[in-house]
Amino acid sequence: FAGLADVSISEDIPVEGEITVPVGSHSPDEDYSTLDEPVRDTIMRDLKAVGKKFVHVMYPKKSSALLRDWDLWGPLVLCVSLALMLQGGSADSKDDGGPQFAEVFVIIWFGAVVITLNSKLLGGTISFFQSLCVLGYCVLPLTVAMLVCRLVLLAGSGTVSFIIRLIVVVAMFAWSTLASTAFLADSQPPNRKALVVYPIFLFYFVISWMILTFTPQ
Amino acid sequence: IVTCLVLYLLAEFDDAANLLAANPDATTISIDEPAEIPKNQHGRLQEPGREEDDELLGTDDSDKTELLAGQKKSAPFWTFDYYQTFFDVDTYQVLDRIKGSVFPVPGKNFVRLYIRSNPDLYGPFWICATLVFTIAVSGNLSNFFIHLGKPTYHYVPEFRKVSIAATTIYAYAWLVPLALWGFLMWRNSKVMNIVSYSFLEIVCVYGYSLFIYIPTAILWIIPQKVVRWVLVMFSLCLSGSVLVMTFWPAVRDDNRRIALATVGTIVLLHALLAVGCLAYFFDAPELDFPAPIIPAHNGTTVITKSQ
Repeated sequence: FAGLADVSISEDIPVEGEITVPVGSHSPDEDYSTLDEPVRDTIMRDLKAVGKKFVHVMYPKKSSALLRDWDLWGPLVLCVSLALMLQGGSADSKDDGGPQFAEVFVIIWFGAVVITLNSKLLGGTISFFQSLCVLGYCVLPLTVAMLVCRLVLLAGSGTVSFIIRLIVVVAMFAWSTLASTAFLADSQPPNRKALVVYPIFLFYFVISWMILTFTPQ
Repeated sequence: IVTCLVLYLLAEFDDAANLLAANPDATTISIDEPAEIPKNQHGRLQEPGREEDDELLGTDDSDKTELLAGQKKSAPFWTFDYYQTFFDVDTYQVLDRIKGSVFPVPGKNFVRLYIRSNPDLYGPFWICATLVFTIAVSGNLSNFFIHLGKPTYHYVPEFRKVSIAATTIYAYAWLVPLALWGFLMWRNSKVMNIVSYSFLEIVCVYGYSLFIYIPTAILWIIPQKVVRWVLVMFSLCLSGSVLVMTFWPAVRDDNRRIALATVGTIVLLHALLAVGCLAYFFDAPELDFPAPIIPAHNGTTVITKSQ
């Protein structure tokens, strides 16, 4: 460096330039950077996504929204509300009554996990959480049925109310099974479709049975 | 591929030669090995059942599946692919196996005919799950119909019984095959048997043999004792015969009494499951609720029995 000591920069030449690095375009960054938006926007966006999926379940069309942007908020809300509504079942002793909250929760989540594992083991191409998402969201018709049953039971619990409840539960069970089959069937190998659909049928049948046999105090 | 085949067959010939040296009187045919090993002469008469087993072995189909089975399960057990090999069945195969468990063909072995070295876990698992819920739901419905109309009866869903049913049925479908497999392995080391089954094949047979109990449980809703017991006998005969025909070839070379005891235990446990489920989940049709005592005109009390 000894030789460089002689080099000097004349002080009347100003050094200028731009230090900032030019960004290509602002829009990709803005899409992923949601730190600065108000909390209300974040919550509303997620709520709208959940709501859109509810609509997709009630009117099952060939849309990939349920599969592509999976989330588990909807299934959690549905599962908790269903389990809460199934409380208050009558029992002379605590042993013989309807399912407890934990039992409903475990049945729904463990059942969904087992069905997902089953379809993946049979060679399905759907991912684990996508399948959980679809199965959870398709509990929506049965939750609606539970709500209707509770309202009908408020009016009375005779034979007529039983027949109404039976019709409603059977209709919603069929709707749930058909909706989830519509979403899940395409990702299965063609000669094993029935093997995959049957456990889904069993799963919603058990939930329907729990709803139908609910008798209030 | 041809080199692998040749090496595999050579290895089997080596094993067979060693076995022969150890026990010259034994037959060298083992169903789990490739069937191209030439039969040796041995003293006993060929029984027709044995010929039929050999006949099943002689087809190319089972030959290929035997070799494929040897190459199939090569994934290590901590990968997902290993477990995928147990679900390698199509819809029609599952339906065929169910049909085979309900209509036993005399003389044909369920394992050799239907499973053919492709044991699956789909059938046992989902048949057990269906059976658990069928028994719980049918029991609940049957109790409801029996006690309907009685003034003191209040319907309860009896959800507790589902977990009891699940424990019982899954324990039967997995622990009994484990015990049976261990027992057969132990006898195999003492007596050179022709037939030896893998653990999964035994689980498969037991799982599919439980299928007959699903329609039986649904029919048990009928509140007649005679009907229920006839159903028990009928389903026990059908699935029991499938089990007996599967396991008789595995024990018939053994000591006569042990063979009969084994087969007897298999049938007995199967019967105990059916009778136990019937007794626990389904109330007896003639069960009376304590009816009110009505005093008769001449002063003696008469208890009315409701039927």
